[in-house]
Amino acid sequence: MHRSPVRDLLVGLFVLIGLGAVAYLSISVGGVTYNGPRGFHVHAGFDEIGGLKARAPVVISGVKIGQVSSIGLDDRYRARVELDLDPSVKIPTDTTASIVTAGLLGDRYISLQLGGDDQFLKPGEEISFTESAVILERMIGKLVHNTDLPKEEQRKPE
Amino acid sequence: MNRTIQDLGFLVLRFVADLGRLGLFTLGVLRALVTPPVRIRLFVDELFKLGVLSLIIIGVSGLAVGMVLSLQGYNTLVRFGAEQSLGAVVGLALIRELGPVLTALLATGRAGSATAAEIGTMVATEQLDGLRMMSVDPMDLVVTPKALAMVAVMPLLAAIFICSGLFGGYLVGVKLMGVDGGAYMSSLENAVDFRDDVAVSLLKALVFGVLVGLIATYRGFSSAPTSAGVSSATTSTVVVASVSILIVDYFITALWGV
Repeated sequence: MHRSPVRDLLVGLFVLIGLGAVAYLSISVGGVTYNGPRGFHVHAGFDEIGGLKARAPVVISGVKIGQVSSIGLDDRYRARVELDLDPSVKIPTDTTASIVTAGLLGDRYISLQLGGDDQFLKPGEEISFTESAVILERMIGKLVHNTDLPKEEQRKPE
Repeated sequence: MNRTIQDLGFLVLRFVADLGRLGLFTLGVLRALVTPPVRIRLFVDELFKLGVLSLIIIGVSGLAVGMVLSLQGYNTLVRFGAEQSLGAVVGLALIRELGPVLTALLATGRAGSATAAEIGTMVATEQLDGLRMMSVDPMDLVVTPKALAMVAVMPLLAAIFICSGLFGGYLVGVKLMGVDGGAYMSSLENAVDFRDDVAVSLLKALVFGVLVGLIATYRGFSSAPTSAGVSSATTSTVVVASVSILIVDYFITALWGV
């Protein structure tokens, strides 16, 4: 077997293209969704997280500043959501975290409404004001229940 | 009745014996892999034959599959006003299933059959016996570089297939059907996870590479030394490799997939 410059060049190119495709898929397509700075960890407790998933975005006024790093239960069986945020964004202690839906049936994400306190959250602290996810089915259930009730009450006197 | 049961027993025994021979053959390949001489130049030569020469069929097939996925997905999604998630549909289908499986099937047809035919012809024309007479181990010189190259090439080909599929999907979805380009890419990047999707996809491609590499070289190596033997080795390579790819794909998805 002798060296063949053209063939070796083509094989080298093929391997580079292949590795480039693997890298593109791994890093750009499959990698973390939020590519900005991270490392500021806080957590928040919710009564109901709906369909919130790990890696869901965290936004302030619609601007992405971090993502959900993990979801679990705390010792009072509430949902404990860990947030991984941009450390350069200062978050007041009276900030409210709410789970909202993109569109009617879209993905859930966390929106932070900043408070007016001059104390800021430190890493590892908890966002104490939270607003749970709105479950559409439950709302419809309540609506149906409420409209049914008066009718039955009206019937009773007859 | 007795005769039928005998036939059944014979079939089972033949199958088990075949599996055992494939196992021994695999051990032989592994031994040739770790003991010198290491055949780097032959390995590169096989990379060229199996990899570089498969680039065109892989690229064109990937492009076509991505384009048709995008077209079908768009027509379904637009009914629900959800054409923004076109990127996720095309990307997940390509990365999780179609990329590794179609690449492996194409590589079986394009490279696996050629490998089996080449080794089978060497058996038929007694070239392997000639090598043995010169005390060169044909496992070392002929089989291992081909099998190893198939393993190395498959994940790379699958990644290229997926990337050209994503590009084809982008072309049809964004340029032809008018989906927003940013929405396509962001739904793709949001939906695809490295560990759940990309890593499983590459693992599948690697396992398929091992399957196709071993089956093709084994069928060629154990073919009958006649022209009919070579043709049946080629046919059974394509059949056995394709079926095992599809079956193994199910089990990998069931074990690691979501």
